[in-house]
Parts: sequence; structure tokens; C-alpha cells
Amino acid sequence: MAKPSSPRAASRSKASATPPVPNRERPPEPERYSASREEMLEYYRQMMLIRRFEERAGQLYGLGLIGGFCHLYIGQEAVAVGMQSALEVGKDSVITGYRDHGHMLAYGIDPKLIMAELTGREAGISRGKGGSMHMFSVEHGFYGGHGIVGAQVSLGTGLAFKHKYAGDGGVCVTYFGDGAANQGQVYESFNMAELWKLPVIFVIENNQYAMGTSVNRASAEDQLYRRGESFRIPGLQVDGMDVLAVRGAANVATEWVRSGKGPILLELKTYRYRGHSMSDPAKYRSREEVQAVRDKSDPIEHLKKELEALGVSEDELKAIDKEIRGQVTEAADFAEESPEPGASELYTDVLVGRY
Amino acid sequence: MIQAINSALDVMLGRDPMVVVMGEDVGYFGGVFRATQGLQAKHGRTRVFDTPINECGIVGVAVGMGAYGLRPVPEIQFADYIYPALDQIVSEAVRIRYRSAGEYWIPITIRSPLGGGIFGGQTHSQSPEGVFTHVTGLKTVIPSNPYDAKGLLIAAIEDNDPVLFFEPKRIYNGPFDGHYDRPVTPWSAHPAGEVPDDYYRIPLGKAAVAREGNAFTILAYGTMVHVAIAFCEENGVDAEVIDLRTLVPLDVDTITASVEKTGRCMIVHEATRTGGFGAELSATVQERCFYALEAPIERVTGWDTPYPHGLEWGYFPGPIRLREAAKRLMEA
Repeated sequence: MAKPSSPRAASRSKASATPPVPNRERPPEPERYSASREEMLEYYRQMMLIRRFEERAGQLYGLGLIGGFCHLYIGQEAVAVGMQSALEVGKDSVITGYRDHGHMLAYGIDPKLIMAELTGREAGISRGKGGSMHMFSVEHGFYGGHGIVGAQVSLGTGLAFKHKYAGDGGVCVTYFGDGAANQGQVYESFNMAELWKLPVIFVIENNQYAMGTSVNRASAEDQLYRRGESFRIPGLQVDGMDVLAVRGAANVATEWVRSGKGPILLELKTYRYRGHSMSDPAKYRSREEVQAVRDKSDPIEHLKKELEALGVSEDELKAIDKEIRGQVTEAADFAEESPEPGASELYTDVLVGRY
Repeated sequence: MIQAINSALDVMLGRDPMVVVMGEDVGYFGGVFRATQGLQAKHGRTRVFDTPINECGIVGVAVGMGAYGLRPVPEIQFADYIYPALDQIVSEAVRIRYRSAGEYWIPITIRSPLGGGIFGGQTHSQSPEGVFTHVTGLKTVIPSNPYDAKGLLIAAIEDNDPVLFFEPKRIYNGPFDGHYDRPVTPWSAHPAGEVPDDYYRIPLGKAAVAREGNAFTILAYGTMVHVAIAFCEENGVDAEVIDLRTLVPLDVDTITASVEKTGRCMIVHEATRTGGFGAELSATVQERCFYALEAPIERVTGWDTPYPHGLEWGYFPGPIRLREAAKRLMEA
């Protein structure tokens, strides 16, 4: 029922111009993580490993050693490294989409086994049967590697259910992209995750383009961190090109989720330098746009400058680069020399039992 | 074949203002396989437009658009992505006519690339046609060459019932002889690569005799038509190859006539074996041609496994498996 306006109502409407007081607890605004020198060097090493690995994967693709689909993570390194540095391998779980090489490397999975999977060899982490998009590691609690856009979001919610069910204190980091954020099952999962207060960190890696479609051409609400609000899932927007900002947000998120407050949504603003996949000429954006990001926001260059300011010598960084080049060359050689899987592998692992 | 599909869409957008083309990356980007390239620039953004990545939504919205008189042609980027839309196809698109006693119908054509042979692994290689041929009220078309693709797509768009139009992506750029280690021959070197610019139709439900012969009949569709023909040519086998073109409705007469002539039948498809469309074909041939058959029907199919990445050509039913089946068929 409407009441006639009164001076009191007028003053109340004036008060509503200031931001409303949230009607429920919200996570604090994350601060940039103040990492130690050793931690920063480790982030540098991991990001550099991802970049060099991906560059080499791109070359192997060009040589025809990798076939089919190959989605490179170059440009987005700070996301996987920053997020997963806050996790405990063996206790927490990670699941992602098809652009999965970086998340695996950031979790310490052997680059040789990843590269051999890309080339479809028996020594690959999924014995060559999965390929670039479909890789797993039980040892690391890495649940894939999923080629169907958005499907992993429901799976991650299920993994979080098990963490809660078992009371193991673990959390599940569920990555997906800005394109996947429009799949219906994402919202079915959000609802269940909050309803059941599941320990899941939903991470939207917003690299601005769902293949050739930019976020604002496909998303009515393009501030993706708000996508959980109607499910009462708090959201934070984070600079995904700054590994320390990512780590800061990861700390807030893990604390929130581990304390039983339910899921949280992080939108990490990032950028992929390469095409969506190897066959994408990326004509939907200008060369200048890509170059500007590389010049101004590159996550590795960014961290390198901070390390130099801390007094890390060029020689020390060069030694890391050299070590990584060796590691990547070793992985590529391994992936090229390993035999292809035998035909008998065709029918293994279709079922746990037998037909 | 990409250009032929593009041309069919272009022709229909030009002829019928009710036709709209929609899907992930089909507008601005022109489609991942370039099937819709240039159509948005030519016909405008209200006729050719991008959707978000949400297959269930794409098909569901298209069903509503179709019920109210549009003729939407949604694209599902890969057949492997179609499953979220299964509910809208199975429970809505194909049933509304029946449950409204003919008051509403859904004239949509869902286009989607299917099949393997491009190292796509298990989520970019599947042939799920058998899932859909089992659905009553849905027509399923799988062309094998550019000329057919254009004529069949136009017929599908003009059809007043829901049609699934699966495009074998391995033959987008040229016929495939089953030898993955040989270079691709382009469509320009193939007679069916010649595609008229104008409107023409190929009726749904009419198979083609792709190669005449007397020794036995090969029933195939899509990519496997070319693998079967190449097998015959390379091995001097006098088999008749029937290109089904449309799985539902099925051209039973052409199949029956051929099997009654040859007395033997081989069925070839890339999809997994159990419950695949080959089983339906086998049952049909057995029912119609039992007394003409001189040997058990052979099925050459993909294995009952997911499509592997590293063992792609171990999965693909190529020339070796065709040869073995032909031997069994002729020795029986």
C-alpha cells in the first residue's frame, strides 16, 4: 500500500543514494598479495614455463606433430599460477575447460606427460586418448580438461560436494571462460552450490573473447562477477594480468570458502594473445589491440620488473629461463619420440567392467 | 562444400524473409568452418546473428520463433555440442505439432558439423545421428557432396517439419578416400563439386546411386560414401554404392531395388555400432529383401568406444575393415 509522501520518506530516499548496506556478509576487498622474493621467483618460473611450453606446443602444431585442436594459454598465465599457488595439491581439486595446459603446469604436473598427450602418444597423461583438451591427473586432484564448453562447471560443483561430504577441508577451483558463462548449466550449478554451501571457487577467466565473439556482444550483463548475485554468491572482479592481485583474491576466496560460507565467484580479467585455437586467424580484433596488451599488461614482464626492483639480477632470471628452455625441449623431444598407443588401447577404459 | 552450404543459406535468406540464421560465431565471425561467411554483411544483423554459447537456449528460442512463423536455421557449432539442446529437440520441436493437433508446427533446420577425421578427440568428432533418427517426428539429412548439400539444405529449410542437417566436416574441403596419409583432393576436381549459384532443391527422402555395380550393395552416407567408392575403385570391386542422403525419411525403394539386384549388403557408417543407424538399415533390408539375400548383412562401423585422439585412424572404419567385410560377404 502506498503512503502519501512525507518529509521522512524524502530523507530516506536521499539516504538511498549512498551504496546500500549489504544485507548479508560479504568477503573483504582483496589486497595485492605481498609475496616473498622466493615466492615471486617461483611464480615467475611457473609463468615462464607455461609460456615457453605453449610456444613450443604451437611450433609442434605447425610441424604437424600435434593435430586437431590446440588452445594456447599464452597471456593468461597469471590466472592459473596466482590461483593455484593458494591451493594445496592433494587436498584441493581443480577442474577447467579445453584451454587446460596452463592449469596443469601450474599444478606441477610433468610437462613431458602433457606434451606427449598433445602429440597423442602412449606416454601421454591420458595415454594419448584424450589429447589437448582432455587430460587428467588423480595424483594432483586435477579433474580435466573438458571439451564441452561450460560442462565442467557442474562437475566442479559435484567435486565440491564431495569435499564437504568427506569433510576433508578441500576446495574445488572451477575455471570457465566468459563464453561458458552463458551456458544454462552454470546457473543450475550456482544455485545448488549456494543452496548447499559447497566449497567451490568459481573462476571466470574473462579473456574478452568467446572464440570470435566479444563479451559485450554475447552477454547482457557483461560485468561477469555479478553473475552470481541473484544466487547470493558474492563476486569479485580481479586483475588477471597481475599474478599478485590474483593471489590476493585467491586468499580471500579460499578463506571464504574454507570457512563454510559457500561458494564465491571471481572474475579474472585477462587476455589471450593467440587465436582461440590454432586455426583461428583472430580477425575479430586488431593487431594493435593485442600488441597494446602485450606491451602494457604482460603478466610475466610485469613480474620481471618487480623482481628487478627487488634486486634480482638479470643473470638469476636468465638462469631460470635457461632451465625452463631445457625442460620444454626435453618435453618436446619426449613427446616426439614416444610411441603411439597400441591398437589394443582402443577398447580399454570404455567401462570399468567389460561389455 | 562449405561454399555450397553458404550459397544455400544465401539463396534462402534472399527468397524468404522468414528465414533467419543464428548460432555461436555465425554472424560477425562467419562460423568456425566459414559456412556463414559474409551472410551478416549481406543480409543484416536481424537476419544473421550471433548467439551466446548456450545450445539449449539456441534451439529452444528457435522452436518458439518457428512456432510463430519464422523459419530459423540455427547452427550448433559441433554435433558434439548438441546434447544440451536434446530436450528442446525431443520434447518440444518434434512434438508440438502432434500435441496441438496440427495447429502449430516448427519449420526449423538445425545445421551441425559431425564426424571425425580431423583429430578432434572425443568432443569434436562424434556422429550422433543415431540418437536423432530414433526420435519420431524429426528428419535427418547427411549430404555427401557440395551439389547435394545445397539442394538438400534448401529443401530442408523449406520443409515444414524440424530437420537436422548434419554436415560431415571431414569432407567440407574435398572428398575423402579413407587414406588419411594422402593429400586432400579438393572438390573442384569432383563432378559434384560443381554447384549452380541459383535456387534448386533435392527432395528429402530420395537416395542416390553413387556408383553402379552388381557384386554387392554398400549402403553409406556422408564421408563414408567416398571411402566406399574409393575402396571399390582401388580393389576392382564391382559393388553398388547407395548414398542415402536422408536417413529419415529413408528411401526404402532404392535400397530394396539394389539389394534385390545384388543379393548382398554391406552397411557402412562412422558412428559407433551398437544401436547405430546401421542396425535400422540392417533390419529394413532383412525385412524387405530376406529371400534375395545370399549372405548375412555386414556392418562396418566405428567401434563401440569414444572417438580417441591418438588412435583416430584405429577407430575410423577405413579401407582395411571394408576389405575384410567384403571378403566375408563374398565368401559366405
